[in-house]
Amino acid sequence: MFRPMRDPGAPAAAPLRFTFDGAPMTARAGDTVAAALLANGVSVNRHTPVSGAPRGAYCMMGVCFECLVVIDGVGNRQGCLVPLEEGMRIETQRGPRQAEALSQEIGA
Amino acid sequence: MNRVTDVSALKEQYDLVVVGAGPAGLSAAATAAELGLSVLLADENPAPGGQIYRAVTTTPVQRREVLGEDYWRGQPIVQRFERSAADYAARTTVWTVGRTELMSGGEGFEVGVSADGQARLIDARHVILATGALERPMPIPGWTLPGVMTAGAAQIALKSAGIVPDGRVVLAGCGPLLYLLASQLQSAGANIVAVLDTTERGNALAAAGALPDFLLSPYLAKGLKLMLAARRKLRFVGGVTGLRAEGEGRVKQVVVERGSARETIACDMLLLHQGVIPNVNMTSAVGCEQVWDEQGHCWAPKLDAWFGASVPGISIAGDGAGIGGAESAALRGEVAALEAARRVGRIDEADRDRRAASVRATLARAMRGRRFLDVLYRPAKAFLAPKDAATVVCRCEEVTAGQLRETTRKLGVQGPNQMKTFLRCGMGPCQGRLCGPTVTEIIAEERGVAPAEVGYYRLRPPVKPVTLGELANLPKTEAAVKAVCR
Repeated sequence: MFRPMRDPGAPAAAPLRFTFDGAPMTARAGDTVAAALLANGVSVNRHTPVSGAPRGAYCMMGVCFECLVVIDGVGNRQGCLVPLEEGMRIETQRGPRQAEALSQEIGA
Repeated sequence: MNRVTDVSALKEQYDLVVVGAGPAGLSAAATAAELGLSVLLADENPAPGGQIYRAVTTTPVQRREVLGEDYWRGQPIVQRFERSAADYAARTTVWTVGRTELMSGGEGFEVGVSADGQARLIDARHVILATGALERPMPIPGWTLPGVMTAGAAQIALKSAGIVPDGRVVLAGCGPLLYLLASQLQSAGANIVAVLDTTERGNALAAAGALPDFLLSPYLAKGLKLMLAARRKLRFVGGVTGLRAEGEGRVKQVVVERGSARETIACDMLLLHQGVIPNVNMTSAVGCEQVWDEQGHCWAPKLDAWFGASVPGISIAGDGAGIGGAESAALRGEVAALEAARRVGRIDEADRDRRAASVRATLARAMRGRRFLDVLYRPAKAFLAPKDAATVVCRCEEVTAGQLRETTRKLGVQGPNQMKTFLRCGMGPCQGRLCGPTVTEIIAEERGVAPAEVGYYRLRPPVKPVTLGELANLPKTEAAVKAVCR
C-alpha cells in the first residue's frame, strides 16, 4: 500500500511494535494507527456492517470513518485520529462494534 | 500556549472557544489571546496545522522541496499560536455547541468536548468554528475498493508519516490539489503511471471571463509552475469523461473513458480528487444557516462581513466559511477574532475596525483568482451525479445511485431528509459527509430542479460519535443534580 519515502535527513527513532490481527508489525513513533497499517501493507481494516465488503482507510482526516478498527478490544476507533502506541493490539473491525468487546470493557 | 491533555483541567468558561487548529483556528486563537481573551483551541488531530499544514511541526519529511515552500508557511502561524496564552486541547473532539444561559450570567454557548474517553461541557461567550473543508466526494464505480483513496489522504500520509503510495499509482479528477499532489508524490519518489484529468473542455471558455482577475492573483505563479512541472514529467490524460475502478477485494485497474475511446490502466493505488468544499456538519448542526454557493457549487454558511453566522455569537473562519485557501484562512481567522474581542468587550468598535483594515486588504488580494479556479475546475455532471446505477453513493449504508434515482422518481422524494427515511443514506457513522453532496445532486437531477431547491441533510449534534459511557460520566452541576434528586 505505502512505503517510507527515501529521506536521508529523516531522524531515525526506534520503531514502535504492535500487532494487527495477531501479526507482529512495527511503525514509526508519531504515526497514527491508520498510517502505521498502510505503511505495513494493510489494505483492508474493516468489513462493512451492511454487506461485509472489505474497506480500507479513505480520507485520513477523520471524515469518512472507513479506517474504523478495534484497538485493545475497543471497537469503532478511528485509526486516522489515534496515535500508535507501543504494544497496541489492533484488529480488523468486522461489521458493527461487537457486544463481546463492549462487555469486556464494562467488566460484565 | 498551554497544552491541556485532560478535559478535567479545562476552565469552566472561556471568552472564546475555537474549534479546529488549521490556519484559521490558529490565527483566531492567537489574535484573541493576544488581545487578552481567555481562549481554548480544541482540535481532533495530534498536532496543530489542520490538513493544509498537517504535522508541520512534527513531519518526518526533511527534504523541504518535497512538500514545497507553501507548506512551510504554516510554521510561523503555529509559532505565533505557541507564543500566545491560549489553552490548546489536541486529540479533542468537539461534539456539540449549543446556546445556553452562562453560569456567569448572560447568553453564551455550552461546548461538548471529549478526549481519551472523557467528556465534558464547558461554557464559552463566543465560538469560532474553523472546521475547514473536505474533499468533494467523487463517486465512481469501484471507489469503495481498498486501494482507492482521496488525493488528500495520500498527501496527509506523506506530510504526517513520510510514506508514499507503493507500486503503480494513478491520480484522477481535477483541481489544483490534484496537480500539487502529483508533483509532491513525484518528488517523493512515487511511481505515478498516469494523471487522468476530468476537467471539462468547455470550462476553459467559461472561466475566460475571470482570467484578468486571476492574472493578478498569487495563485498564478505557483499554480502554473506546479502544473507545468508535473505535466513535463508525468503522463497526463486530458478530456476524461468516465472512470471505473476494478478489482477483486482491492483495486487492480482503472477503466478510462474519453468520449467513445476506452483504455484500461493497471494500478495498485487510485487517488481521486475533484476539489474541496466547506465541511458544513458542525456549522449546520449548531443551527447556522447555509446557502447554496453557485460559484463553488457547494453549500456554505451565510456570513456577515465579520464572518459572523446567523447564530449570534458564532463565527465561521477558514475554508469552512467558503473555500479561499490557506492564506485567506489565516486572515479570516484574524478578522473573526477581532469581532469576538469586540463582542466580549475587550476592544471597542473603532479599535476593531482599525486593526482589521490592513488584514482585510491582504485578504482581498489573497482571494483574487478564486473565481477563475472555481469555474475552470467545476466538476463535470457525470462525476457529481453518477449515471451507473450500481455505483455506491452512501459508503456507510451502501446505498447506490440507482436506488436514489428510483426512489426519487417512484416515491416523489423531494429532498435528502425524506430520502433518509426510505434508504438510510447519510445515517451511518460519517453522518452524510461523504454522500450528502451527491444525494442532493442526484435528487436535483431526477426532479429537474437546482440543488439549492433540494436542500441538504438536516444535521444534529452530536456531530462526532460520543459514547453513552462518556455522556453518563459527564460531570454534573449542582443545579442539574438538584433538578432530579429530591
